[in-house]
Amino acid sequence: MLPITTAHYVFLSAALFTIGVIGVLTRRNVVIILMSIELILNAVNINLVAFSKQFLSVNGQAFAVFVIVDAAAEAAVGLGIIIALFRNKETVNADEIDLMKW
Amino acid sequence: MPTVLEGLFFYLLATIILAGAILTITRRSAVHSAIWLVVTLMGVAGLYLHLHAEFLAAVQVLLYIGGIMVLFLFVIMLVNLDEAARQRQFNRQWSVALIATIVLMVEFGYFVWKGAGAFTFAEGGGGSLAPNTQLISMALYRDYMLPFEIASLLLLVAIMGAVIMAKKQI
Repeated sequence: MLPITTAHYVFLSAALFTIGVIGVLTRRNVVIILMSIELILNAVNINLVAFSKQFLSVNGQAFAVFVIVDAAAEAAVGLGIIIALFRNKETVNADEIDLMKW
Repeated sequence: MPTVLEGLFFYLLATIILAGAILTITRRSAVHSAIWLVVTLMGVAGLYLHLHAEFLAAVQVLLYIGGIMVLFLFVIMLVNLDEAARQRQFNRQWSVALIATIVLMVEFGYFVWKGAGAFTFAEGGGGSLAPNTQLISMALYRDYMLPFEIASLLLLVAIMGAVIMAKKQI
């Protein structure tokens, strides 16, 4: 079996990113769209950690910590918005939330 | 022998991550999606262990699975999703998503076709990842002090924003 190189991790990260993008673009449920964003952020983290191992430098892992902090902040605000939205419009479907469209 | 085991673990974890991700975005019930997302995040944590990032693996389990996913499940319980689960799950713009996916797949296919030789990364410096937590703390508190403080401020603002957003009357 071939040794596992950094390219393998980049492929995996790209695949995970693609799946997350498909989720964001196609789903109607806002909660699942937020979960897809978490998938995308995880793909970014895999890349950062893989290159941190490639370059034998811990900076990539430090930035992965920042990405996780961002994910936590994004989840908290996003879910707060979903609760406020559900209270006002009684729906969680992204294509029914069109108040700010022309 | 170590190479074989390494490869085996990588492909096992990759299968778990991708299968969990696909099931996350295709399930009808949001609770099922959340459970599959937990499986994916566990796979990513295993991958961090595989990459000698022990601290990040612990943070992933504690913060992502223990914190963020519990937040998600709380909101799923608070918001009535039964009606949404009975409706159409995918929106009408799926053709745009298909185009975006095809572009990414072409990119993918190109690199798989070229093989791993298409990637030549620079060799690493003489650094080390050995005392992982110690080195990360050094990086966070010494080299990246200002970003660290900004991140803490961001978290504070996000908490206040979430509370104000979810409150009935301010």
